[in-house]
Amino acid sequence: MQSRGALRNWFSKEGSAYAFLSPYALLFIVFIVVPVLAAFLLSFTFFDAIQFPRFIGLRNYITLLTQDDLFMKYVLPNTIEFAVIVGPGGYALAFLLAWMLAQLPRLPRTIFALILYSPSMTAGVAMAVVWKTLFSGDQTGYLNSFLMGLGIIQEPIQWLQSPQYLMPIMILVTLWSSMGIGFLAMLAGILEINPELYEAAALDGMSSRWQEIFYITIPSMKPQMLFGAVMAIVGTFQAGAIGVTLSGSNPTPQYAGQLIVNHIEDYGFLRYEMGYAAAVSVVLLLMVLFFARIANRLFVSEE
Amino acid sequence: MRRNWLHRFTDIRNRGINPQGFHVSQIKFYALLLPLAALMMLPIIFIFSNAFKPPDELFAYPPRFFVIRPTLKNFTDLFSRMSTSGIPVSRYLFNSVVITLLSVVASILVSSTAAYALSKKRFKLKQTLFAVNTVALMFVPIAVTIPRFLVIQRLHLLDTFWVHILPVLAMPVGLFLLKQFMDVIPNEVIEAAQIDGASDWWIYWRIVLPMIRPAIATLAILTFQAAWNNADTSTLYVTTEGLRTFAFYLGTLTATTTGANVVAGQGLAAVAALIMFLPNLIIFIFLQSQVMSTMSHSGLK
Repeated sequence: MQSRGALRNWFSKEGSAYAFLSPYALLFIVFIVVPVLAAFLLSFTFFDAIQFPRFIGLRNYITLLTQDDLFMKYVLPNTIEFAVIVGPGGYALAFLLAWMLAQLPRLPRTIFALILYSPSMTAGVAMAVVWKTLFSGDQTGYLNSFLMGLGIIQEPIQWLQSPQYLMPIMILVTLWSSMGIGFLAMLAGILEINPELYEAAALDGMSSRWQEIFYITIPSMKPQMLFGAVMAIVGTFQAGAIGVTLSGSNPTPQYAGQLIVNHIEDYGFLRYEMGYAAAVSVVLLLMVLFFARIANRLFVSEE
Repeated sequence: MRRNWLHRFTDIRNRGINPQGFHVSQIKFYALLLPLAALMMLPIIFIFSNAFKPPDELFAYPPRFFVIRPTLKNFTDLFSRMSTSGIPVSRYLFNSVVITLLSVVASILVSSTAAYALSKKRFKLKQTLFAVNTVALMFVPIAVTIPRFLVIQRLHLLDTFWVHILPVLAMPVGLFLLKQFMDVIPNEVIEAAQIDGASDWWIYWRIVLPMIRPAIATLAILTFQAAWNNADTSTLYVTTEGLRTFAFYLGTLTATTTGANVVAGQGLAAVAALIMFLPNLIIFIFLQSQVMSTMSHSGLK
């Protein structure tokens, strides 16, 4: 392969590869790698955003695990409850919906996909307007008025301000908007599967659709399943601000909707204990990594 | 005739995955999907309905879901309005449009050049760098808001126009999808062009880019959504009111802390929410088939 001037050729080739890569690489380093490293380093310091960070070893982590009552009593259980329902729940729902859509002809499939995907297009701010109106706490709120009209409740309920309703509403709203890019990937994955696989299985005597799903559909689209899982995990943790958006305050009423993301913001931007907030960030990133590893175990294709 | 008709709806080819037409076995899926889709559409329909409601309907008791006498009053109100700090609403909208357009164009350039290097060039670190980007798919930006703030501060990007655009451009999912899609282009096509003496830039610009149009459309949508819906940057990194975005302004309309005029705010917020939502929807409708063909290469191995 290598002919005359190969070395020079080789240099010029590698050089242009890096030239093509450099703008993205630069942005990637500045806005992803450096912040993650900085969070990691700051987590070992005391930093109040005014004085230079002071190294304090593992003290932030020790405080987090032993003295942060808010974290242990509200934030961690809330985060786990939210993540476990929204993550796997939203993911399973996305797969089932994608699978059902794949059973329909092209036109209705496209229309349904558009409807299911559209809530995920406009995250956060725009939808907060709608939810605040629908769940408004006085008797003119749509949900209150509806339920009172049916005689299910007598008094209007402060949906977004009451500790017992805030979390279920957060979960509902997040599930509603969770048919995002992972859902589209799984839909595309299901449609790509070679139909002959199903025919062969039918000849071998496979009769139920559930068997088909578990023995053909999912194994044939493991890469898309993994992509969908990663998107679901990231989306779940990224959606953590929803409680503050809905209730309009950080901390949320009686910490009912306080998730790890809000805890970071609370300590970082409201109390200016940035070293401590960084330690919480690191814990959050490790949680994402942990869940992604589980997904990896489940779906990595052994080849 | 009748037999043919019946045959059409019970044809074996219309059963199972990706059918060509209607089949009786599909009825159960419609029965599940139709109510669910209707339920999921309610909030979206509500945005449309509320935006056209006159004040008396917005505050009617009992409240009505659908608009009865639609009016454009909320739209004219919104655009004749100044924010509390004297900035016209059109300024926020203008910022959002410019920021979004620049973000989309820049994101396409930055990600597609990188994808070209990772997919079609040969160099030592290629596999490693792609693996790093794949790990970064798991990156949760909201977790590092504070260190990002410090980085942005150091770079003197705080309170500038560029702080809206630059962080959005490092989008691991975008690069990932472009690279996977580009892998499908046969290397022979590139090699043939190289033999003809074509430069890298020419190959990238004239051969590769036109061939990955669906993936570019997908990236455009993702960047559009990230930039257009972005209110956090305006809240955290920008203090000059005239540099903030429409998404941020929408947030201030409903924030209880500034709710001096909650009554007027309702109609305005409804219109603003519609303006936020509509471009997302329109763009996706136009590009959905491109997105679907990109997503079939989205697998993570």
